[in-house]
Amino acid sequence: MHRREWVYGWLFLTPALVFLFAFTHYPAFNTILGSFFSTPRGRKPAEFIGFENYRDLVADEVFWKVLTNNFWFALGTIPISVALALVMALWVNGRLRGTTLSRVAFFAPTVLPLIAVANIWLFFYTPGFGLIDQLRSGLFGLPAINLLGNSDTVLGAVIVVAIWKEAGFFMIFYLAALQSIPPVLREAADIEGASSFYYLRRVLFPLLMPTTLFVSINAVINSFRLVDHIFVMTDGGPDNASSLLLFYIYEVAFKYWQTGYAATLTVVMLVLLSILAIGQFFLFDRKVHYQ
Amino acid sequence: MTCFGKHFAMAAAAATAITIGTASSALAVELEFYFPVAVGGAAADTIEELTEQYMAENPEIEIDAVYAGSYQETVTKALTAARGGKPPQLSVILSVDMFTLIDEDVIMPFDDLVETDEDQAWLESFYPAFMENSQTGGKTYGIPFQRSTPVLYWNKDAFAEAGLDPETPPATWEEMIEMGKKLVVKDDEGNVQRWGVRIPSSGFPYWLFQGLTTQNDVILANSDGNETSFDDPKVIESLQYLVDLSQKHEIMAPGIIEWGATPKAFFEGQTAMMWTSTGNLTNVRDNAPFDFGVGMLPANVRRGAPTGGGNFFIFNDADDEQKAAAFDFVQWITEPEQSATWTIATGYVAPRPDTWETTTMQAYTSDFPAALVARDQLEHAVAELSTHENQRVTTLFNDALAAAITGTKSPADALAEAQQKADAILEDYR
Repeated sequence: MHRREWVYGWLFLTPALVFLFAFTHYPAFNTILGSFFSTPRGRKPAEFIGFENYRDLVADEVFWKVLTNNFWFALGTIPISVALALVMALWVNGRLRGTTLSRVAFFAPTVLPLIAVANIWLFFYTPGFGLIDQLRSGLFGLPAINLLGNSDTVLGAVIVVAIWKEAGFFMIFYLAALQSIPPVLREAADIEGASSFYYLRRVLFPLLMPTTLFVSINAVINSFRLVDHIFVMTDGGPDNASSLLLFYIYEVAFKYWQTGYAATLTVVMLVLLSILAIGQFFLFDRKVHYQ
Repeated sequence: MTCFGKHFAMAAAAATAITIGTASSALAVELEFYFPVAVGGAAADTIEELTEQYMAENPEIEIDAVYAGSYQETVTKALTAARGGKPPQLSVILSVDMFTLIDEDVIMPFDDLVETDEDQAWLESFYPAFMENSQTGGKTYGIPFQRSTPVLYWNKDAFAEAGLDPETPPATWEEMIEMGKKLVVKDDEGNVQRWGVRIPSSGFPYWLFQGLTTQNDVILANSDGNETSFDDPKVIESLQYLVDLSQKHEIMAPGIIEWGATPKAFFEGQTAMMWTSTGNLTNVRDNAPFDFGVGMLPANVRRGAPTGGGNFFIFNDADDEQKAAAFDFVQWITEPEQSATWTIATGYVAPRPDTWETTTMQAYTSDFPAALVARDQLEHAVAELSTHENQRVTTLFNDALAAAITGTKSPADALAEAQQKADAILEDYR
């Protein structure tokens, strides 16, 4: 009897496992293996070179630059997009007039593909006749500003686009969580004479913590994953000022064709993401209250 | 009909279909042909029409023309396909990717396919300026097709308004600064309404910058593609000139200037002059709301410009029949008549002198003499920067230019650094 259950268990797992191994574990394993080999070129096959790719990585200025950029990109996008999502969710959760319209408006950027979003923002940012410059010169008589063409402002400019794109997506999760909170809690708080802010801080936030955990893990992953707009808007420039880790991996792999080194960069990204995800689960999980 | 009869009929039909299928594929040579489109508009349609026309004339050859995206996407797609064991037989790819394609061992020289004296004469019939990027080690790997060169466009109305002769563009670097200063228009608050000149620098600043270095009489890379001269004093001087246009003389907008928005800025009157590809000619002709002129880039020590654009490459994985068919197709599409159709539809420079002598081209250029400027500039043109591991090396160079343009590094420091890194990469190829 016991043996049979064992067989059934594996049979049920097999379809999922096959895909998991074929599309996740096998490529990941292959990448790690590839990071110890040189790049094959023409008739020259790949050779085992030990840690040479990793030594190159440590010496690669561009790698450190994109890692720093990615750090600022994460720091800029995660807290703001999560906070903005919560504010928007609280806003559209109420019974104000025009709620449906605001919900649609907040969610619209999420439905658009990032490439389209990037093209829209490219127009906003265009110096001279872009939307931002038209407003600046029309309303305040300010000179044209070249946000994407300057090393100091370009990263900020692409961070804004990422926030605009993902805040609406996170809002949906908060909205779902808010809708599932029983109204009796609000009524009880009212009877006890708790202020709105107190209710928000001591009742809503703790109940929303599982959602916050989920959303922030997604935000962290997205801060490494959202690079499509970089292709359209800046190509990583000027002088790698807006290049992010995944964008750099693409460049190394499919522009420079240094597949061995690209595998090494990918291993770094895998390790980073694993550490972040594990850390978040362990740190955050203690503070999360599941109903 | 009985159940058995039905099955039998279907099997018979299928068998017939298979026989017919094999019969026709035994006759036809099938070619897969990747092409990029960099300028939009009529380019893709024109290539497909020309391919159809060729197939109508040569029914034994079947060509599958595949639009493969931008230049960058096309080379990525072709190399990925080659690594997966299924490369196209023919592709148009940036001429500067020649060394990369040779290093990856995926292309073959056209010389190996030459059989007759006629073939040989055809191989030698292109403008030498375009062949510089197509040959190495005495062999021809690429055939010029959608080739371009940058030219200067100027707004004649703006010139007249600034008190300049609307028919004369700047001929030298100094004149460009002098005229540029007169052409700048500011509003009451001192904000610039119209710049003097616009030299786009996003993505691949090296191309137009190579115009400046050539005019300063310096070559950026040798023809073996394994030596660069990024830190040559003349290169530094050229970069200083470019940086000074915005920082010292204030006739060009500061920071990185977007390629895509450049024609629009010209149409909107936000700049009186622009440097951009001759591939934009038809676009400017259709959209500029004022009288415009097209001229050669200004000179310093000499006149000069880089060439640019895509070549035909034949992949070595193809079988002999396919190679012969690909060779024949490339010969056909570069013939004067076809080449004229292509040039008129896009603005690309026809790569052979005899194309310009066809009646079609004669009629076109007498109606629109601006189209001749790019051709006349060819005698001053040099090969576009191209080296082994080209994408890596040019990216280094682009980064250095961007750093100097945005003011994060001085031209000398930025270029010295780029040269050092380029040496480290190219060492293996010497």
